[in-house]
Amino acid sequence: MIILENVNKSFKNVKVLNNLNISFEDKKITVVIGRSGEGKSVMLKHIVGLLRPDSGRVLFNDIDLNAINKKELNELRKKFGMVFQDGALFDSINIFENVAFPLRQHLKLSEGDIIKKVMSGLNDVGLSGIESKMPAELSGGMRKRVAVARAMILEPETVLFDEPTTGLDPIMSDVINNLIISTQKHFKYTGIIISHDIEGAYKTADTIAMLYEGAIIEKGDAEKFKTSDNPVVRQFVTGSMNGPIVI
Amino acid sequence: MDFILRYFERIGLFVLYIINELGSLIIYLWNCILSIFRYSVNLNNLFDQMSFIGMGSFYIVGLTGLFTGMVLSLQSYYAARIVGVTYMIGPTIALSMTRELGPVLTALMITARCGSSMASEIGTMKISEQVDALEVMAVDPFYFLSVPRIIASMIMLPIMSIVTSLIGIFGGYVVYKFFLGLNGTVFVDMIYKYIKLSDIYNGLIKAVFFGIILATISTFKGFEASGGSKGVGRVTTQAVVLSSIYILFADYILTSILF
Ligand SMILES: Nc1ncnc2c1ncn2[C@@H]1O[C@H](COP(=O)(O)OP(=O)(O)OP(=O)(O)O)[C@@H](O)[C@H]1O
Ligand SMILES: [Mg+2]
Repeated sequence: MIILENVNKSFKNVKVLNNLNISFEDKKITVVIGRSGEGKSVMLKHIVGLLRPDSGRVLFNDIDLNAINKKELNELRKKFGMVFQDGALFDSINIFENVAFPLRQHLKLSEGDIIKKVMSGLNDVGLSGIESKMPAELSGGMRKRVAVARAMILEPETVLFDEPTTGLDPIMSDVINNLIISTQKHFKYTGIIISHDIEGAYKTADTIAMLYEGAIIEKGDAEKFKTSDNPVVRQFVTGSMNGPIVI
Repeated sequence: MDFILRYFERIGLFVLYIINELGSLIIYLWNCILSIFRYSVNLNNLFDQMSFIGMGSFYIVGLTGLFTGMVLSLQSYYAARIVGVTYMIGPTIALSMTRELGPVLTALMITARCGSSMASEIGTMKISEQVDALEVMAVDPFYFLSVPRIIASMIMLPIMSIVTSLIGIFGGYVVYKFFLGLNGTVFVDMIYKYIKLSDIYNGLIKAVFFGIILATISTFKGFEASGGSKGVGRVTTQAVVLSSIYILFADYILTSILF
């Protein structure tokens, strides 16, 4: 169980997370939605200890991420996979090596096993035959999919996706959503997905949470969101210009 | 009057900045050393960096040595001719190259060539979240990015410094024999007579320190990058300037200790 407890975070004088409380259930998929610039990526970075809260706690199975040392944190991080919003592929090595990177760092596999795993990982995201290309030679959506393959290659206990389907065509979005669902069934990870894609969220999520003004204003299953009477949530899920959220 | 004061104030601030950085640098270097013990060294990365710093810098470092030696030969000829000691030109060149110019010029050229690219590479990785990605994958960025560069630089600097010195002495010899028309055998014999082994290895000790300094500062600055391409440019400039200053400063300190 991952729990964020009264987390506050400001950058300079801008308050981004405002007493944020949220928990993510084990072996379930939670989709976090919210407006652009609301602090979703910042929240995700707190979960892997890339950012530290100004106050409050981030708990992973009752371990406070900010109370442990670097070595312990690294041990914990081996259980995580993360898809960064912009992919964050290593731009000096090719696609194959990018996906193989976690395997080479943490497992002692034969070259044959590495090739087999990487090829099947890339195949799952619909990218066979591009192994020898460099990240700069791919489209944005292709890079995103490579990042998904890289994050899942070690079959981690927890996978964090920062907008895995943004920038993909509708068909590819569906492929990725299905991949998330099927792999989740297969190796039962805890999934935390940030998404702007409401339909995709309804499809993939066990739980949906909405971040608004630095805190969670609604949390529940798809049905709850479809029928929510919170005007902010309604405006967001229907994608309307008119409502309590002022631009 | 006012602008003179402001000028001194600037100098003061600059000195403070240099000293300020020293503290963070030492902590950073310490962390890098700790990570060597924690994870050992990634040999592939190390060899990549060694070939980048060594083989890659061969021409620039060789040219620097060649012209320096040639100029030294000419310049010392004008002075030596007056008092009739042109036979001392060889040892003069050899001593200046091994003790001083070899290590320092090599370090400055490699700072310009490799230090700048270390800072900008790591800086770019920082702002594009590749450093964050490393961390999330439980790979210590210091271990993965800094340590191979620092060790490679520490190993390659003395080697490249020998290259510079040898080519410099060769350049001096060519000018001595073919342009000035003096006796080449004297040049070589006098070098053997006046140069001690300690001149050579003290120069190499300097080079080791310069290697550590330039790679430590350059990688450290890379991690400080923030805010886009301008940020990367800024830390790259800082890396080169700060490395150069520290190299010259360390040169003085080491010279006064070693010789
Ligand atoms: N490193 C940082 N330094 C300063 N401000 C930051 C930093 N990271 C994020 N912010 C600020 O925090 C706020 C939230 O950013 P965040 O990236 O979490 O938004 P988001 O919800 O992920 O938006 P999007 O859906 O567009 O990705 C923004 O106002 C941003 O300016
Ligand atoms: Mg974001």
